Formats: sequence, C-alpha cells, structure tokens
Amino acid sequence: MTNADSSSFRLHGRYRELAPHLVPLDYTNNPDIRVPPTLIVTMPELKENPFRDRIVETFSEDGHGNLSFNDFVDMFSALCETSPRELKTIYAFKIYDFNRDNFICKEDLKKTLNKLTKGELSPEEVLLVCDKSMEEADLDGDSKLSFSDFENMVSKAPDFLRYGSTSSTTKRGGKSTWLPLHNI
Amino acid sequence: MTGRCGPVAVDIGLDFEGEEIEVSTFQEERERERHRAKRSDSDRERRKRGNGRRKRASRAEEGKGESQARHDRREKGRRKRTRRDQDDKGRKRDEEVQAKIKSGKSAKTRKHIKYEKKRKMEEKLEVEEGEGEERHAKRKRKHGSANKEERDEDGRKRTVKEKAQGVKRKKHKKVVETSSEPSEEEDNDEEDNEEVEVRPESLSSEELEKLKEAVDERKKLIQVLRGKPWPMKKKCVTLWESQEFVEKYEGALGKGKGRKLYAYKVMMTKKWMKFQRDFENFKTACIPWEMKIKEIESHFGSSVASYFIFLRWMYGINMILFCLTFGLVMVPEALMGRPYGTIPRKTVPRAEATSAMDFAVLWDFGGYAQYSVLFYGYYNNQRAIGWLKFRMPLSYFLVGVGTVAYSYMVVIRTMARNANESGVGDDNSFNFNWKMFTSWDYLIGNPETADNKFASITTSFKEAILEEQESRKDDNIHLTRFLRVLANFLVLCCLAGSGYLIYFVVRRSQKFALDGLENHSWWERNEVNMVMSLLGMFCPMLFDVISALENYHPRVALQWQLGRIFALFLGNLYTFIIALMDEINLKREEEKIIKFNITTWEASLYNGTVSENSTAPPVTIQPADVPRGPCWETMVGQEFVRLIISDTMTTYITLLIGDFLRAVLVRFLNYCWCWDLEAGFPSYSEFDVSGNVLGLIFNQGMIWMGAFYAPCLPALNILRLHVSMYLQCWAVMCCNVPQERVFKASGSNNFYMAMLLVILFLSTLPAIYTIVTIPPSFDCGPFSGKQHMFDVIQETLELDFPAWFGKVFSYASNPGLVLPFILLMVLAIYYLQSTSKSYKEANVELKKKLQTQNEENKKKNKLAALKAQMDQEEARKASS
Repeated sequence: MTNADSSSFRLHGRYRELAPHLVPLDYTNNPDIRVPPTLIVTMPELKENPFRDRIVETFSEDGHGNLSFNDFVDMFSALCETSPRELKTIYAFKIYDFNRDNFICKEDLKKTLNKLTKGELSPEEVLLVCDKSMEEADLDGDSKLSFSDFENMVSKAPDFLRYGSTSSTTKRGGKSTWLPLHNI
Repeated sequence: MTGRCGPVAVDIGLDFEGEEIEVSTFQEERERERHRAKRSDSDRERRKRGNGRRKRASRAEEGKGESQARHDRREKGRRKRTRRDQDDKGRKRDEEVQAKIKSGKSAKTRKHIKYEKKRKMEEKLEVEEGEGEERHAKRKRKHGSANKEERDEDGRKRTVKEKAQGVKRKKHKKVVETSSEPSEEEDNDEEDNEEVEVRPESLSSEELEKLKEAVDERKKLIQVLRGKPWPMKKKCVTLWESQEFVEKYEGALGKGKGRKLYAYKVMMTKKWMKFQRDFENFKTACIPWEMKIKEIESHFGSSVASYFIFLRWMYGINMILFCLTFGLVMVPEALMGRPYGTIPRKTVPRAEATSAMDFAVLWDFGGYAQYSVLFYGYYNNQRAIGWLKFRMPLSYFLVGVGTVAYSYMVVIRTMARNANESGVGDDNSFNFNWKMFTSWDYLIGNPETADNKFASITTSFKEAILEEQESRKDDNIHLTRFLRVLANFLVLCCLAGSGYLIYFVVRRSQKFALDGLENHSWWERNEVNMVMSLLGMFCPMLFDVISALENYHPRVALQWQLGRIFALFLGNLYTFIIALMDEINLKREEEKIIKFNITTWEASLYNGTVSENSTAPPVTIQPADVPRGPCWETMVGQEFVRLIISDTMTTYITLLIGDFLRAVLVRFLNYCWCWDLEAGFPSYSEFDVSGNVLGLIFNQGMIWMGAFYAPCLPALNILRLHVSMYLQCWAVMCCNVPQERVFKASGSNNFYMAMLLVILFLSTLPAIYTIVTIPPSFDCGPFSGKQHMFDVIQETLELDFPAWFGKVFSYASNPGLVLPFILLMVLAIYYLQSTSKSYKEANVELKKKLQTQNEENKKKNKLAALKAQMDQEEARKASS
C-alpha cells in the first residue's frame, strides 16, 4: 500500500504540474476537476507522440480529452511498460479507432499513416499501403478491422514476440517496443 | 489513489458514530434468530460447499477470458438495473462494519442473519445458469466496490433518519429482504473470516480450505487487476477491498506475522522488479555505439544500420580473439620469457641494427618490430617459462587452434540463432500492418529522436511500397536475357583479368625480392598490396555498372553483385596465398643452405676456441652476430600485417576522397557551377552496404589466416575496427545521402553470415595446411627444433600427464576409433537434417491449410451477409 501511495503521490504531482491553477492539492471533497487536452499533451511523454491527441481522448471519460485525475492514472497504468499485453491491445485498438465505431476502417488507417509519416507519402502511396494493410489483416472480409482482427495481427508482431509484457525495454530509442510510456 | 481513498475513510468514521445506537436494538431479534439458525446449520454446510464449487467454476470461466469489452458492455447495462439495490446494500454494509466493531456476541447473531440471506441468494443463483454465474461474480465485484462511497454516504443519512423515527425492526427486515442481491459471497467470506477470528479452534479443515480459496481468489484478483480495462475508480476500490480482506484473513488464520510477511514480500518483489528493470537499462546502456547506430538507422534505414551492427559484432569477436592472444601469448612471453637480446632470435641482427629504428623500416614491420612479441619468430622454444612454469609453446599452439575454434563456434551459433529468428518471424503476412501499428516507439521523448523516427518510418514504408511495386511488375524480354549473358561474360573477363594482374605483380615482386628490396622504389616494394587494394576498390564499381545491363529485381541484383565481389576478393586472396606459398618454399630452400652453413660455422667456432685454449671459457658471441635462417613464419606474418595495413589505409583514403572531398566539392562548387551538382551528375555518394560488408568479411578472413604467425593481428584489427566505426559513422552522417533503392540482401543477416563462414573456412584452410605439413623453422618460434608444430601436444602428453592418460589418448586417436565416430556424426547429421526437412514440409502444409481456412471463412462470411440482406429485402417485400 505504501508503494502505491508514494507513486500515486508522485503521479498527482505530475498531474498538478500540468495545471497548477486548476488542480488542488486537497482531494478530500472529491472535486470534479478535469484538465483540458491542450495541457495534457505538453507532458514530455506525450509531446512527441504522433497519436497524443488520440491517446488523451481515449482515456478521457467524456471523449473530448479532458482528463480527471482518475483518467490520468488510468492512462499511465495502461501505457506503462509493465502493463499486460492484452490491456495494451485493447487500448491500442481504441487509440487507432479514430471515429470510435469499434472498427478500424480505411479512414482510420489513412489517418494513422499520415500521422506516422507526417504526411510525407503521396496519396497513391497512402492508398496502396492502406489497401495492403486491409488485405492482410481483414480476416472476415468486411473491409474493416474488428478487434479480433487487430488482436490477431498484433499478437503475431515480431516485436511483441520478443518484448513480451514482462520484459523491460530500453529507455529511449531502443528497439521499438510497442506501447510503453515512461514508467513513473 | 490516496486522493480518492481519503474521503472514504472519513465517511466510514462518521458511520460508526451514527450507527452505534442502532446496534443495541438487535438484541431482541437475536434470540429469535438463533433458533432458526440452528435448524439451518446443516443446510449451510452443504451450500457452502456448493458455493465453493460454483466459485471455482466461475473463476475458470473468467480465466478462459471472454473479451473484456463485452463484460464492460454487459455491466453497463446492468448497472442501471441494480443501482436501486445499492442503497439497501449500503445499509447492510454499514451494519456489518459496525457489528464487527461491537463484539463477538453481536457478530454471532449477525451471522445468523447472514445465513438467511445466503439461503435466499443461493436460490436465486440456482435459477441462473452457466454464464449467469459468471456475470453474477462480476456484478458482485462491481457492486462490492464501485459505489462504496455513495453507499457510505447514503447509509449515514439513512441511519440518522431512521434513528429519529425509531423503526428499527422494520429496517432489519428490510436488510433481510434485500439480501437476494448478489453480494453475498463476499459477505460470507468476511463473516467466516470473523468466525475464525472469534473461534479459530472450531474451524473445520473444509472451511479452512474454502477460506484459503477465497483469499487466493482475492490475491489473484489483485494480481490481474492491472490487466482489466476498467476505469481507475473501480480498480482502486476493488483493490482496496481485496487487500483489506486478504490482510485480515491472513492475520486471522494465525499465520503469525502474516500481514507483515505479506507486506515484506510485496515490497521485495517490487524492489526485485525495479532492480531487474534497472539492470536491463544498464545492460542496454553498456552496448557500445547503440545511439550512434540508432541515429544512422533513423536517417539511412535499416540496411545501412545493419552494416554498423555487423561491424560492432565483428568488433566483439575480435575483442575475444585479442584477449586470447594478448593474455595467453604476448603478455606471458613479454613478462616471463627471456628478455630482448638474450638469444639470437630475440635480437636484431648486426646487419640490420643500424636501420632497425628507422620509421620506414618500422612501418614495414621490420627492424625492432620484427624482433618483438608481435611476430612468431620472437618466441622461444623453452618448454616452461617463468616461476609459473607457463607452457609457452603449448599455449601458443592452443591459442592458435582456439581462435579458429571460437570463431567457428560463434559464427555457426549466430547463424543458427538468425535462422531460428527468421523461422519465427518469416510469417510476413502482416508486414504493412505491423509497420503501421507497431512501428512508433512510444518511449521517444526527444524532438530530434522523434524526427528521426518519423524519417525512418517513412523510409521503411517507402521500402515496403517499392518492394510491393517490384513484385508486381514482370516483363520478360529476350533482350534482357541476352544482356544478362553479356554482363556475366564481362564480369568473368574482369575476374580473370584481376587474377592475372595479381599473379603477374606477385611474380614481379618475387623477382624484386631476389634482387633485394632496397634497390627499388616505394611503389615497387608495395606493388602487391596496392594492386590488390585498388582492384578491390574499382572492380566493384565496374560490376555495378555492368549489373545495370541486367535489369534484375533490386534484391536479386544485389545478390549477384555480392556474389561477384565475393568471387573477386576470393580470387585475389587465393592468388596472394599461392604466391606466398611459392615464397615459403623459396625461404625453406634458403633455410637449408643456411642451416648447413651454420653447422660449419659453429664447428669452426668450436674448433677455433678449442684450438686456442681448451681450459678457458668459450668465447661469448653476441646474439646479434649469430647467423640465422630466414624465418618463413615471421615472413608470412609480416605479409599479412602489411596487407591489413595497406587495406585499412586504402579504405580510409577512399572514404576521405570518395565521400568527404566529393561532398565538399559538390556542396561548395554548386554555387558557381553551370548545372546543379547536388541533383545532377556527381551528387553525393550513397553508402555502399554490400561492398563495405564484404570488405569487412575479407579483412576478417585475413586476420584468421595470419593470426597464427602474427599474434598482433587481432590487436591491429581492433584498432582498425574502432577507428572505422567512428570514421564511417561520421562519414555516413556528414557526406552520404540515403539510398534511393533500399534493399537488404536478404531478410536476415544470414546471407552475410554464410559468406563469413565460407571465408572462415577458406582462410583456415591454408593456415592449417601450413601448420600441419610444413616443418617449423629450426631457429625461430616456439616450435623450433620439432618435426611438426603439433608435436607440442604429444610432448605435453608425455611429460606433463601420467602415462595412462597418454595411452588413453593414443587409443582414442586411433583411426579405428576416430573413423567410426566420424561416421556416426555424419549419420546423426543426416538424420537431423531429414527430420528438420520433414518438419519444414509439415509447417508449409499447415500454413497452407490455415490460409485456405481463412479464405473459406471469408467466403462464408460474405455469403452470410448476402443472405441476411436477401432475407431483409424479402421481409420488406412481404411487409409492403
């Protein structure tokens, strides 16, 4: 319990750091406080991430990226490197599902790709890649990826095989691990 | 978490105060309840058991794991329905807490109420089936947790109200009624728990088992809690409750310092995890040049980075080789062997003494360098040296064998590992998806690294796209076939020409050597090395031009190119070795003459001294004056060292001129030139991965070949690799542009590894040949005076080991034993190979099956969708 306490204190510190004028130190009255996404994405862990907006949106309860402290803790626990692979898969699917229809459709793929490459691929190339991805992973032929398709695909990823949920990873610029944030 | 839990604790505190009075009203009820409870006691036992079973079943189902998302949805739907009950539950809870605080007596009575409740609950449970149970378990957990605060709040308000009204009995009944709500198991557990606390001796073993199970379940829940996609609020409360329960139970079971032990264990596991993580980080931090390589990878793609990784790997191997030769051969000889100048082989001859310190001589590894631990000839044939009785000749021989054996082992092991990895990962079915979803490194927090990552991801996508497009286009024209034949013909011409050139040059150099090197210019003295280096530099370019004729798929083209360069290098190396063999034979002829001369010289010397004065001590002759044979081993070592040096120099100079100067010119002349130099003809150079890798491989081959005769070679190679690492990293980052066509020679590194293995074999072949067949020089090196170099083993066996060991060894090395053993190994290899082949076939079959199944599924799904559509339309028609 003491360990959890200290880390949650630290987390709360981080949370408060983002918006000192919004977040009180004292939580005894359960104040309903939410930090807007524009402040959340300034965290060093998210600052450079191309999917930062999506991550914040996924973990916020209202879906607009406003994070309460609970959501904040949620995000950290899901993204930290020791969190189990299944959990990461679930949240990753949510992150990549831009339009929140519980399927990753071609539009989602396009958005993902453009975020990953900063739009440096030509439209034809983007189309080709999206078509190929869809062709590869879509097992039920409905031209969109369901969660089971996604899970199946991700579970076979070589990085996943080598860097399972328990193995810790390099700090920065190591072999591409899949979804870990800095462990706090 | 603390922020949340703080207020809850306060609320509970208030609750206690509020309900203090209420409890006293239970007294009347208790007497009545006790009678009923007695009746139901036997029932209880049975049901408890049933409960346990059910729990186990539900846990198993949970374990199987229906998708969490579904649970969530289901739960959400249920939440509304059950919210009504929560008030009541809250009341009941408050009672529990309060009752516990009260006394053992009140607890006992409350227990009876609980039995009542449980009975009802079980009735309900029996109605629900299979899945229902699981759902129930989930819901229970949820209710037990998520709304605790709310509950507490409610409870407080309510109790105050009721106190005022004074309708206690009514309230009590209410509790009993609402107990059908499924949170009973938990309550039961808690209650049982309490029972233990009160009378542990009355606990049957069965109950104990059940308790243990319950607590184990909680513990498990705590463990897997992280993996649940629940909101933090829920997780937090569940964790909190479970922990409380577990702690209480463990203390209650009389496990002594159960709580402390538990806390200690938790702390230790956390510390251990943290240590492991730190250690991993430390290990990765210890990998040299990791950041440099990553940086290059992000700018130039994985293929260029693979060269540098290969370079680093090579560096590691050479480090081991260096440690072996340095630690077991050079240092012992330098420290414990006879010092310089004591014996002829350790002294510069009188004739060379004047120029022995000249830089030109030292640069050629003559003079003092030649008569030092760097070369074979310096070592003495004394069996044991120093106070350690270090067996120097034996050590020299074993290190020579050991370096080769170690290299074989490492190369083969790496190949096997690569094969394994590619065996797992050769399933390339999700290439694009993996690139899309798993390529971002979530650990990046540095803007520059992020930029690099973006660049590298884009590059990798372009690679994949290009490959895709390449695989799509196919045009088969007769012209290309003709061109390919022509290209191969041209390449063969090149190879033959370069072979002849080297042979010619080596022959000429032998003539020069006979004349005496001093009479010739620098170029004539270094002709062989320079020609070899220049050929190695320009022929690949020529091949590259020729391969443009062929119009192959880039990967195939790369493989052809590599094969050709390989053939070129190999031809050059072997021509060089053949020339060297000629020279060895010449030296041995010379040696015979000198040996004869020396015996006469010695005889004359001996006779002379004897004739002068038979009693006086023999005249001491300076070791520098003693005539000596041409130590062919040192000559071979020197040749290799010179080759390595000239090769290294050429590489660096090419790098500086070809890359750096070109880049500078292109960059700065571009301001005053008539066409665009950067985009047009000269442009910046690309990094030539294949050529560099091959250069590295051949360099290593030369090391393996020459290391026996020049123990300094691994050290030199380390120096070279170290400098190349920095120089090439810098050159790549500063003067090269990323390749337009980025293709690896193959998916794994095994292509290069296979080349390395071939080179290893081909380079150990001549080394072993010379060691086994040519007798060592009579006056230099650790094996002088022996018939063969490997005689040192026999000598050691005879002198250092007991007699029986030598006997056993001689029996074991009997051909009658060795041949069957080799036969057995061959058979084993054959067997293993055939089994692996059959496994591979089975694998392919299974893959095919999977694919067809997937396709069938697709078809089925499509059909089903179509059918559903038709049905819908029909229904619409019918309705209209």
